[in-house]
Amino acid sequence: MSKVPTAGNILTIRDLSIEYTTDRGVLKAMRNVNLDIPKGSIVGVVGESGCGKSTLISSIIGLLASNASVSNGSIEFEKQDLLKLSQDDMRIIRGARLSIVFQDPMSTLNPVLSIGRQMTDIQYRDKKTTSEKRQRSIDMLTSVGIPDPESRLNQYPHEFSGGMQQRISIAMALQAEPSLLIADEPTTALDATLEVQIIHLLKELQSKMNCSILFISHHLGVIAELCDYVVVMYAGEVVEQGTTKDVFKNPTHPYTAKLLECDPASIAKKTRSLPTIPGEIPDLVSLPPGCVYKNRCDKAMEVCDSKTPSWTEFKGGHFVRCHLVEEV
Amino acid sequence: MSTVLEIENLRVRFRIQSSLMAMLNKNKDPYIDAVRQVSFKIEEGQTFTLVGESGSGKSTLAYAVAGLLPVADGSIMFNGDDVTKMNHKDLMDYRKQVSMMWQNPVGSLSPRMSVGGLITEAYKIHGLKDRDRKMEASRLLEMVGLPKHFSERYPHQLSGGQARRVGVARALALSPKLIIADEPTAGLDVSIQGEILNLLNKLQDDLGVSMFVITHNLNVVRHISDRTAIMYLGRFAEQGSTDDIFANPRHPYTLALLSANPEPDPEVIIKDRIELKGEVPSLMNRPSGCEFHTRCPFAAKDCDTVFPPIETVGEAHHLTCHYPRELKGLGSSDGVFHDEYADQIN
Repeated sequence: MSKVPTAGNILTIRDLSIEYTTDRGVLKAMRNVNLDIPKGSIVGVVGESGCGKSTLISSIIGLLASNASVSNGSIEFEKQDLLKLSQDDMRIIRGARLSIVFQDPMSTLNPVLSIGRQMTDIQYRDKKTTSEKRQRSIDMLTSVGIPDPESRLNQYPHEFSGGMQQRISIAMALQAEPSLLIADEPTTALDATLEVQIIHLLKELQSKMNCSILFISHHLGVIAELCDYVVVMYAGEVVEQGTTKDVFKNPTHPYTAKLLECDPASIAKKTRSLPTIPGEIPDLVSLPPGCVYKNRCDKAMEVCDSKTPSWTEFKGGHFVRCHLVEEV
Repeated sequence: MSTVLEIENLRVRFRIQSSLMAMLNKNKDPYIDAVRQVSFKIEEGQTFTLVGESGSGKSTLAYAVAGLLPVADGSIMFNGDDVTKMNHKDLMDYRKQVSMMWQNPVGSLSPRMSVGGLITEAYKIHGLKDRDRKMEASRLLEMVGLPKHFSERYPHQLSGGQARRVGVARALALSPKLIIADEPTAGLDVSIQGEILNLLNKLQDDLGVSMFVITHNLNVVRHISDRTAIMYLGRFAEQGSTDDIFANPRHPYTLALLSANPEPDPEVIIKDRIELKGEVPSLMNRPSGCEFHTRCPFAAKDCDTVFPPIETVGEAHHLTCHYPRELKGLGSSDGVFHDEYADQIN
């Protein structure tokens, strides 16, 4: 168990393990995951595809696939364990206290309904008149920087550019002033200049509304610029967590160090041979004993083959799951 | 070094209204220009990279070059033949020499065909009956670093990185002279992205194939390409050698793109980032004068009325701007936008 105080957290995940039942057997998609999102902070999650980022998000918003089961752990959000809530209670929270911006704005928005219709529809909880709801939509569009919002409400998603569509999805996610916003690679579909705009927008709205953001991305530059804390995931485990400065400046898990090395942006000299992490993620159906990263780790020791490293606090608030740290 | 592909003044248009609607609306020009006034060359064994926002016409240009879209104006010269004037038979021949790696790696593989069938389908399409497709499949898989038994697999059994490799193998099947790669690393993690780029670089060194790469990841561009063009609203805002573009960007849009590139270092705070205001204008009503003036932080007199001609500055470095920046060393070859040059901009 982590020793981090949970009082100031908006979301606290402890020892969360999730399994999928597949034809090949039980796939352990997430194992003993600990995650803390302090109030009013932006937490970034990085990791390769298949590391359990999507499972993590689905477990928080309660939209796990039907073949998934939670074998252990808790997700505490505003003093409630989300895993113990009924479907109906979860529906009250989802979209209101807890909301999400997905990767692809074009598939988030319904192509056959106008933006205005969609934005008023999602305010179904509020007992307001339609014109009040419409006014609220106009205010939201203004705050995400869409010019001439009143007339744009009558337009359809395809009439907006990709960057604008993503702004609209952000406006819709923040409409109910949630206390936690999950952003699942919101800038992947956008180019560099729009990416910066969206990051600044998120940061600005976050400080204005004082919500917390869980930001998923595999763009390390974006994480470094936007986030207060970083969580590094590998093969269904959180291997390192700490402040952005600690993790980027002093990466302690060998995987984090490699990941930072591999980013072409951090390679100053032009090269035709970029660094990679050789090997592959282990099969999560038949996990070998010991550390999950050992087969790709250049610092692997004997103990890594037999014993799973524990979640250790390396330095105030900087947690690592690695035998190298435990030994010290 | 010889030129593989030479494109001159290319224009690609799409009809946006049927002829009847256009007649009723008295619209004399019911078209939009997705690509306009584009000229460039790809030299043998070199990589040409195209950078731009989504909707700027990058993919349209790639499709036109591959002969998959009709061209309204201009020429695409390949080995002395104009692709735009080719008949079906010649085009089939052309497509043996120019192959495509599609943007969506899994979506571009038919889910009902095995990997072996997919990567050797080109032999069937082009009637090359003398090839042993099974042998060829293992040869191609080996080239892209996948085990032989993968030829029995189906696309849903592949990871994103493996699907990319299959895409590369399929593009290599007919030993093309030019490979067009549309966003070859989109959606991949840094480590797998590195693997794919290393693979493309290695194949280029071994086979001498030329490449036309489309991307919006500037960090990638710097490491793989020889020449770079920056596209905005279907035109090239700037083009030149990659080193030159990164070390000495002249067009304000290039500057904005380079300075927008976030650094993977939380302590670097890019204070004087050139942030572009507003949105990309619609192709349906292009701005007057310089088409970038609506978002340009340096827009001045004449920018909104006079269209800037394509100018040549330095060696094969072209741009369209009335007031190009004179900022030596601004971006520097490491691609980092340094604060000390910010004064020069303001």
